[in-house]
Amino acid sequence: MSTALLIVQILNGLQLGVLLFLIAAGLTLVFGVMNFINLAHGVQYMLGAYLAVTFYAVTESFLLATVLALVATLAFALVLELAVFRQLYDRDHLDHVIATFGIILFLNHGVKLVWGAAPLSLPIPQALSGSVRLADGLLYPWWRLVIIAAGLGTAGALHALIMHTRIGMLIRAGATHGTMVSALGVNIRRLFTLIFGLGAMLAGFAGIMIAPILSVEPGMGDSVLILAFVVIVVGGIGSVRGAFAAALVIGLVDTLGRSFCVDILRLMMGPSPARTIGPAIASMLIYLLMAGVLYFRPTGLFPAAGR
Amino acid sequence: MQRLPALAGKLPARFVERELLPIGIFVLLALIPALARLLSEGYLLSLCGRMMIFAIAAVALDLLVGYGGLISFGQAAFIGLGAYAVGILSVHGMGEALISLPAAILASAAFALLTGFVCLRTKGVYFIMITLAFGQMAFFTASSLAPYGGDDGLTIAARNTVAGTAVLRGEHLFYYLAFACLLGTYVLCRVLVASRFGRVFRGAKENALRVETVGFDVFRFQLVGYVITGALAGLSGFLLANATEFVSPAYMSWQRSGELIVMVILGGLGSLHGAILGTACYLLLEQWLSGLTENWKVIFGPLLVLVVLFARGGLLGAYGKLVGRLRHG
Repeated sequence: MSTALLIVQILNGLQLGVLLFLIAAGLTLVFGVMNFINLAHGVQYMLGAYLAVTFYAVTESFLLATVLALVATLAFALVLELAVFRQLYDRDHLDHVIATFGIILFLNHGVKLVWGAAPLSLPIPQALSGSVRLADGLLYPWWRLVIIAAGLGTAGALHALIMHTRIGMLIRAGATHGTMVSALGVNIRRLFTLIFGLGAMLAGFAGIMIAPILSVEPGMGDSVLILAFVVIVVGGIGSVRGAFAAALVIGLVDTLGRSFCVDILRLMMGPSPARTIGPAIASMLIYLLMAGVLYFRPTGLFPAAGR
Repeated sequence: MQRLPALAGKLPARFVERELLPIGIFVLLALIPALARLLSEGYLLSLCGRMMIFAIAAVALDLLVGYGGLISFGQAAFIGLGAYAVGILSVHGMGEALISLPAAILASAAFALLTGFVCLRTKGVYFIMITLAFGQMAFFTASSLAPYGGDDGLTIAARNTVAGTAVLRGEHLFYYLAFACLLGTYVLCRVLVASRFGRVFRGAKENALRVETVGFDVFRFQLVGYVITGALAGLSGFLLANATEFVSPAYMSWQRSGELIVMVILGGLGSLHGAILGTACYLLLEQWLSGLTENWKVIFGPLLVLVVLFARGGLLGAYGKLVGRLRHG
C-alpha cells in the first residue's frame, strides 16, 4: 500500500515537474537572451487554458482546440511583444517588473470580464479518460501519463531545436554574446520576438494540458509563475538544461513533501502537532531548498555561460 | 498645491522639493482629523489612516529600492509577519501593545535577517526572484497555520491596550499614533540616508565593487538596510492588524508586494516623501476606479504600463519637469 502510494506520488511529482519545465523554459530563455524579466509569463499559461476551453466549446475536438489555442496564444504574445515589451528591453529590471505586473493585473481581471469569475473546466479527451493499471491495485489516470509524456517530448524537441538547428545556434549565441550576434547581421529584434513567442506557446501548452485536471480560473497563472521562478533561480537563469533538472526536483520535492511530511513528523512527535506543523513545513520545503542552493551557488546549479 | 510652482520661482527648486513638500505633506496629514470633522466626512479619517499605515512600509521600501538599488518583491511578507505577531499574541490572550509592538517588529526583523543572509548573496534578477519566493513562503506558511485561522485569517477580539488602557480604541488617538509612526519612519530614513551608513548604502547601488575596494563590507551594510526595512514593515503590520482588527494571509500575497513597489514608483523613486505621495495616489486611484467598476484593475493595469513607458519618475518626476518648464519658459 505504501509503495503504491509512493509510486503514485512520484508520478504526480514528475507531472508537476514537466509542467513547471514547460513554463520555466520560456521564462529562462526570455531572460537569458533578452535580459528581460517577464512576470506576465504566468498569464500566458492561464490564457492557454481559457482559450482551450473556448475553442473546445466551438469545435468539440480536444486536438483541434489545442492547436487553435496554441495559435491564439502565440498571436496574443506577439501583439503584447510588439505593443509593450519591445519598448522595455533597454530599460532596467524595475521597469520590467512594474510594466509586466500591470499586464498581470489587466489580464487576471480581464479574463473575469470575458469568461466570468467562476472556474471553468475542460473535459479529458474520451480515449484518454480512463485509468491505467500499473500494478495490482495501483491505478493511475491516463491523462496524467499523457502530460508527463508530452512534457518530456517537448523537452526533447526543445533540446534538439536549441542544440541542432540554426535558430538554436542563434539563441545560444544571443544569450552569451548578444551585441556580437547583431553586429554579424542577424536581426536580433526578430530573434527576440521569436523567442518570446516560443516561450509563450510553451506556457500556453502547459495551461492546455493541465486544464482537464485543474479548474480554469482567473489568477491560476500566479502560483505556477512563482514556482517557475523558483525553478529558474535554482536551475540557473538562462539555462534550459538547468530549468529541466530543477523543475523535476522541485516538482518531486513539493509533491512528496506535501504527501509524506505529516507521516514523517508523526514518527518524531505526537500526531496532533504533526498535523499542525506538517503542512506548514511541507509548503516551505521548496523555498528552503532554493535558499540552500543559492547559499552555496548564488547563480544556481547550471549558470548559463557569460552571465 | 497650485501655488507651489509660483513659489518655486523664488525659492531654490531643491529646497521646495526636498523640504517644503514633505513638511506640507505632514502638516496636511496632521490636519486631516480636523478637516474630517469640519466636512463631517468620517470616511476621510479611515482612508488617510490606512494610507499612512501603508506609507510606512512604502517609505521603508523606498529606502531599500530607491537608495540601495535592492528591488525587494517580498515587502508584504514583513507587514504580514508584524500583523500575525499581533494576531497570534491576541489569540493567546495577550493584547498589550507594549509587548505585541516589539514582538511584531522583532518578528519581521528576524525574518529579514534570516532571509537577508541568503537573498543578499545574490544580485539583480536573482534578488528580485528570491525575495518574491521567500514572500510566498511566508504566505503559504500563514495559510497552513490551521490553529490561527489558516486561509480564512484571524479576527482579533479587540485592539491592543497600552499599559492596560484602551487608548488605541479612540479613532483620533489611533490616527495620530499612525501619524507619529509615519513621521518617525520618514525622519529615521532621512537621517539614515544622509549618514555615513547611507553614503555606503547609496554607493553600493552605483558601484558595489568600488565601495568594496574602498574597504567597506557591502554585504553587511545591505543586510542592515534590509533588516531596517523589514522591521519598519513590521511596525506597519502592527498598525494594520490593530486598524482592521483582522489578520489574513492575503496581507502577505505577492500582489500586495507588487502594489507596494507600485506605490513607491508612482510617487517617484528615491525621495522617501515620494513614497507617501505614491501611496496616497494609489489608494485614491483604487477608491475612484473601484467606484467605476468592480474589476478596476483592468483599467489600473494598462495605466501602470503607461506610467512605465511615458512617465518615469512618477509624481515627483512630473512635478520636477513642470517646474523646469515654468522656469525656462
